[in-house]
Parts: sequence; C-alpha cells; structure tokens
Amino acid sequence: MEYFLQQLINGLTLGAIYGLIAIGYTMVYGIIRMINFAHGEIYMLGAFISLIAFLVSTLLGGTSVALGLLAALVSTMVLTALYGWAVERVAYRPLRNAPKLAPLISAIGMSIVLQNFSQLTQGARVKPLPPLFKGGIELMHGETFSVNLSYLQMTIMALTVVLMMVFTWVITRTSLGRAQRATEQDMKMAALLGVNTDRIISATFVMGATLASVAGLMVTLYYGVIDFYIGFLAGIKAFTAAVLGGIGSLPGAMLGGLLIGLIEAFWSGYFSIEYKDVAAFSILVLVLLFRPTGLLGRPEVEKI
Amino acid sequence: MLAVENLHSGYGRIQALHGVSVEVKKGEIVTLIGANGAGKTTLLMTICGSPRATKGRVLLDGQDITQLPMHKLAHLGLAHSPEGRRIFARMSVLENLQMGAVAGNPDHYDEDLDKVLTLFPRLKERINQRGGTLSGGEQQMLAIGRALMSRPRVLLLDEPSLGLAPLVVRHIFEMIKQINQEQGMTVFLVEQNAHHALKLAHRGYVLVNGRVTLTGTGAELLANPEIRAHYLEGGHGATA
Repeated sequence: MEYFLQQLINGLTLGAIYGLIAIGYTMVYGIIRMINFAHGEIYMLGAFISLIAFLVSTLLGGTSVALGLLAALVSTMVLTALYGWAVERVAYRPLRNAPKLAPLISAIGMSIVLQNFSQLTQGARVKPLPPLFKGGIELMHGETFSVNLSYLQMTIMALTVVLMMVFTWVITRTSLGRAQRATEQDMKMAALLGVNTDRIISATFVMGATLASVAGLMVTLYYGVIDFYIGFLAGIKAFTAAVLGGIGSLPGAMLGGLLIGLIEAFWSGYFSIEYKDVAAFSILVLVLLFRPTGLLGRPEVEKI
Repeated sequence: MLAVENLHSGYGRIQALHGVSVEVKKGEIVTLIGANGAGKTTLLMTICGSPRATKGRVLLDGQDITQLPMHKLAHLGLAHSPEGRRIFARMSVLENLQMGAVAGNPDHYDEDLDKVLTLFPRLKERINQRGGTLSGGEQQMLAIGRALMSRPRVLLLDEPSLGLAPLVVRHIFEMIKQINQEQGMTVFLVEQNAHHALKLAHRGYVLVNGRVTLTGTGAELLANPEIRAHYLEGGHGATA
C-alpha cells in the first residue's frame, strides 16, 4: 500500500510534466492540423534556459529559493515563448498553404536544427544542477517503506494546477481564447469576421511553448540533469499523451499526460524500469488501434 | 459603395468568373441571381479575397480592396454571411455573436447585441446553446445576426434561403428588408430563390456561367420573360 502510494505520487508528478508539454501538441494540432514535431525541442530549450537562469541567479548571490525560482520561471517562460514564436514564423507560416506534408517535414527539420543548436552552444555532455529544493514530508511511515512527498513534487503539482487554471481561463473566458477557438473551428470564417488568424496562430505557439518551458524547468529541478537530447523522448511521450487524451482536446491532453505519467511510474515500480518506454508507447499503439479519437476526442463529424 | 469592376477569378486552372462588374449603391438592396454553378458564391468570396481575383478590382467606397488580407475587410465595414452559414458549431450563440463583433467598436457592443436579439428573438431564447445544435433557420438568423454585430456598411448575404422551409424563408427576407429600411443597411444578396430576391431588391443582376447577362430593377427583372422562363416558372423560385 505504501509502495503503491509512492508510485502514485511519482506518477502524478511525471504526468503533470507530460501534460504541460502535451497541451502544446494538441493546441497546435487543433488550430492548424499539424503535429509540431519541434515541440519537444522547445521543451528542451526551456530546460536549458531554466538551468542557465538558475545558475545566473545563484551567481548573482540570490539566496532565497522562492525568489530564484520565480526569476527563473519568468525568464524561462518569456525566452522559450520567443523560440516558439520564431519556430512558427520561420518554419511553418511560409508553408501555410502548402501541401500538408511540407510543414511536417519542416517540423522535423526544425527539431534537428534546435537539437544541434543546443548541442553546439551548450555542449553534448549532461548538464547537472545541484538540488535547490531539499526535504519533504513523510506522509506515511510503514515498516519497510515510508511514503514521501518532496517539497519539489508539491511545487510541481501546485504550479501545474495554477497554470492549468490560468490557461483554462484564457481559453474559455477571454477574447483571445474565443478567437482561438473560432480559428480552430473555421479559420476562413474567423478571418471573414476580422480576426487576424496569423496572429492567433502565433499566440497559440507562444502559449504552447510557455507551458512546455515550465515543464522543462520542472524536469531540470526534478532530475537535476539535462542534455540536448531530452526533447525527443519527452516530446514523443507527450505526443502519445495528447493522442491518448484525444488530439485537439485540451482536457484530454492533461488527462493523457497524467495517465502516461502514472503508467510509466507503476510500470517501473512493479515490473521493469528498462521497459517503461515500451509500456508508454504500447499504449499509443493500442489507442490508435481501438480508439483513434482518444479518450476525450470527438470524431470528425459535424451537423451541417 | 461597393463596386466590382471586370472581376476575373477561379480555382486553380478552372476559371469561374469572366469579367464581372456589379455596383451596389449606398442604402440599396441589390441581388444577384443565377443557377447552381454560375459563380455567385465565387463572386462573394472573391470580393472577400479568397480566391484572389486574377484580374479586375473591388472597390469599397472608392478604396481598392482587391488585394487586402481577408481579416482587414471586416474592419473596413464589409460583413459576410457566407454560403453554408459557417456557424462556429462548438461555441454558444452568444460567443458566435461576440465573434461577429470583433471588427466592431467595443462601445457599441451592448447596443448592437440588443438590436440583433430584438431582430431575432429566437436567438435570445437560445443564447447559451451551442451553435451546432440550432436548426437550419436559427443558424441562418445567427449567421445574419453575427454579420450585423460589427455594424457593417455593406452586408453580403450568400443564399440565406438555402435549405429552409418557405415560412422561415419569408421571415428571413422580411428581416433583411427591415434591416435595410430601418438601419439604411446596404445589402448585396446572392440568391437562387429568384422570386423572393427580386421582389425584395431595388436592383438585380443575372449571372450565367461567370458573366452578367442581364441587369435592371427588381420589378423589371421579375417581369422579364426570359427570367420568368429560366428562374421562376418551374425553376427554383417556383415554390414561392
């Protein structure tokens, strides 16, 4: 029981991170029907930017962990958002009216470019970050095993919940979110009504990149090591999460992220840690076979 | 107000419009009638920039708008209730109307919403319902209401009678008349339902295979034997 609870906590933490990345996939897919394969790299860049931000704030003599975290969070979000914006502007917008395969290839190219960019500028070796958050609370004390919830895990979950709430508010309650939903449903009609759809698409990439950057920051803190290649696997898993939840559905992306995180944690906890990726991707295969629209996705049929 | 001069347009290698010229003056209802595939919808969409005109010009108040990005047109006072209505199916009626107000002045929003809901009380009853769950007639009212939310100077209507019961069609046309008379709205109405459209319109054009073949006042065209033969008797307008 204690062991189960511990895996649940680990899985939820991991799932929060996947969920934040998955939203970027699902939003971009919803609005321009394209899988942004460079999104994992955006998350990787977020991790690097946050690492640099942490090191800079330590160098500047920052002693308060909370203040350092806040500074790193804000700078990571802003700088990564810029990358997200630039990727769309450079690699996808010129291909807006091209055949569907073209932006997909462009996305894969962008992913390679960003990986190499960070390998060249940051080096190929693994980058460590000394743990900033120490300690935690013991939730349950068993005879052989006690359940721990670290302060870092709490921070990750709390931050994810706050971000989700802000994000949901933007999408459902603001005029930007309304324009995004309208553009997603019928881009030409939105343009006819005066919506600058190019700007809305840019905003979508910026929002997706912002959430992915926070995931990158969390991973940097959680695992303490990052390298230029982390975007690939995390990206594919978050994509799996988005498909599992139903690509195009925002609550689906979050749910899918949590499920993938939990599956991975329980699989590593009870079976074999080597095969945790196999478990996650088997889910992708099963979903595509038996429920291609995902858990919360809707079939592409509409009343006319 | 709206002038189309020698407009050519089409899709890929297929040309749909071969030099169409149409003029809509301020305060007028002008209708364009024609059979299926004559190029009516293409004309309206080319005015809005998709597809792009390959030749010719579109002038709004003397300003050349032919090559402007689509989203700029709404801000210049051109509103379009397009073919197939294109309601945002997963958004509420209110949100659809709010989207219509994107190009409008935010100060007028409350007043305009009130006006549209008075014009179409049915929309008021369904204000929180999703657009996709409305009936065809209600969706048409929503499409027109949405177009009105920006206080346009010119309203483009693409076949508002399509697929609707005769009673609903009559109601929609009465509303168009009312908008024109009470608000002085300039309307360019594209219709297959020639009888209703010509009765309503001040002037009309007949489009055949991408060319304007006839023009005149609504009454003149209604009385024209050629039109009667092609578009009224036994044609699409005959049900009315």
